[in-house]
Amino acid sequence: MPKHAAALILVALLALAGPARADEDPWPDLKSAIFGEKPVADGSAFMRVEAPPRAYDAAVVPVTIRFDGGHMPGRIRAVTLVVDKNPAPVAAVFRLGDGIADPTIGTRVRVNEYTNIHAVAETEDGSLFMAAVFVKAAGGCSAPASKTPDQAEAHLGEMRTKNLDAAQIGEPSRVELLIRHPNYSGMQMDQIKRTYVPARFIETIEVSYDGTKLLQVEGNISLSENPVVEFSFTPTETGRLSATAKDSDGAVFTGAWPVPATM
Amino acid sequence: MRALLFGHCGRCRVPPFARGRNPGPPGALSRRRLLGGTLALGLLGGAAARADEPLPVTEVAPGVFVFHGAHEEATAANLGGIANLGFVVGSDAVAVIDTGGSAAEGRRLLAAVRQRTALPVRWAIDTHFHPDHALGNAAFAGPDTTLVGHANLPRGLAARADTYLAGLRRDLGDAAAGTEILAPTLLVRDRLSLDLGGRTLELKAWPAAHTDADLTVLDTATGTLFAGDLVFLERVPAIDGSLRGWVDAIAGLRRETGIRRVVPGHGPASARWPDALDDEERYLALILTETRAALAAGRSLDQAVATVARSERGRWLLFDDYNDRNVATAYTELEWE
Repeated sequence: MPKHAAALILVALLALAGPARADEDPWPDLKSAIFGEKPVADGSAFMRVEAPPRAYDAAVVPVTIRFDGGHMPGRIRAVTLVVDKNPAPVAAVFRLGDGIADPTIGTRVRVNEYTNIHAVAETEDGSLFMAAVFVKAAGGCSAPASKTPDQAEAHLGEMRTKNLDAAQIGEPSRVELLIRHPNYSGMQMDQIKRTYVPARFIETIEVSYDGTKLLQVEGNISLSENPVVEFSFTPTETGRLSATAKDSDGAVFTGAWPVPATM
Repeated sequence: MRALLFGHCGRCRVPPFARGRNPGPPGALSRRRLLGGTLALGLLGGAAARADEPLPVTEVAPGVFVFHGAHEEATAANLGGIANLGFVVGSDAVAVIDTGGSAAEGRRLLAAVRQRTALPVRWAIDTHFHPDHALGNAAFAGPDTTLVGHANLPRGLAARADTYLAGLRRDLGDAAAGTEILAPTLLVRDRLSLDLGGRTLELKAWPAAHTDADLTVLDTATGTLFAGDLVFLERVPAIDGSLRGWVDAIAGLRRETGIRRVVPGHGPASARWPDALDDEERYLALILTETRAALAAGRSLDQAVATVARSERGRWLLFDDYNDRNVATAYTELEWE
């Protein structure tokens, strides 16, 4: 797999630059552009992609890649999320560290037109498995990034967690990490300046717990404004969840939270 | 083909700002009944025959005229005329409040002004940037008329310009001809008074609420408030700014003095004040309370969308087209509280 999100965007764009027509299924070309000749087996026995069939907001489409622990062929090491018909189809690559309790991952994506959303899981031995869901939504990549641009600027880079206070020692706990960032797609128009708002997006997110790597995310413009990642880990007696995010302009944002939450 | 109310995302095939993809719940207010009259009119008239005809307006107070927008989505037959528009006639000049959903509708509004007075239209005021309110600006452009709007309006309109124009061309076809994006040049950050001769309009710019460029216009002579889409009646409100801001704005509107009646952005041409605020305040407060509760209980965005404000379903037109998105907007706003 290419290492950087930017490379993935490029690869995917090149894949689409051919004579493909709008009604053609881009997946076969995408698959070989992203994963090369490696076979990608049907993973539907143990994984599925969940998203609302008709999105209520094309710029904020919640997606969960859910795994059934009982039937997995091995430990999941990475999950690649592909919004097939987006201009930058690879929305994110999630690399799962040793501390991840359950590989089920959630996020929110932009959807530019009716499309399949594929998830490809890579197991420890390098085997690839996939699942997909069809989503009806359009216009998500060019929709204005923020309803309240002043707020977005003022709070750039703030991080939050959700459901962390419910995390129990020794129990796999699902939490969300939220990063306040417009994740400008480069497809949003600023007609006052007569130009497109330059792409500026969260490129990497690293999450760890007490020094153990949980998650590394490579993101791009197909992730929604204020990117979200939902994952699970098992807290120990006392520890600290920490996150570092970098955007494509090189800005670095960090956050850290004691887990379990101290009074 | 049906149009987006706000043409929010171009070829967006999703609600809200969405086409009426669902016929509506059987128990809801009968949209078909309410639309029946207008649809029949559209069939009889036809866009071409009506292009230069003055918009029908009601004089809701002396010198205050309102066109009642249909509770439909924009089509070639209605020329995008789905929002309430109005004008106020002074002894020296006229001010138009919202110019309509297309240049064609704006021209029909101008024709309605000309039926009543030969005074110049000195100001054309946009209550916000949504296309059903501001795409008629081109009909009023000229040396005698200044376009007026909230300080944030040019930015908001510019960000959506391509989307709005593409949406209008799709929905109106040839009837979209002549429509262009024209941003106001007289910008309001707080308050502004406009003297029409013998009567004064008091403009107030609001913090982000329905959008981040909401402007209200009070005709002090008659106590008539043009609220734009800060006030919805009958048709379900759509949140494109800030839910918390909108709830605050409603409280702020209640504190404003000298208001006797309101012209809502959508709903009847004129309604009682402040009673007209009650329905949307109840709906928005319910979304706020229930979305906060969903977040506190660790519920996902999907779970919140499936449950929040469902008890309001029978009370609003187009509820199914807009509520899901309203809740999603509320959720993504409130998770940062």
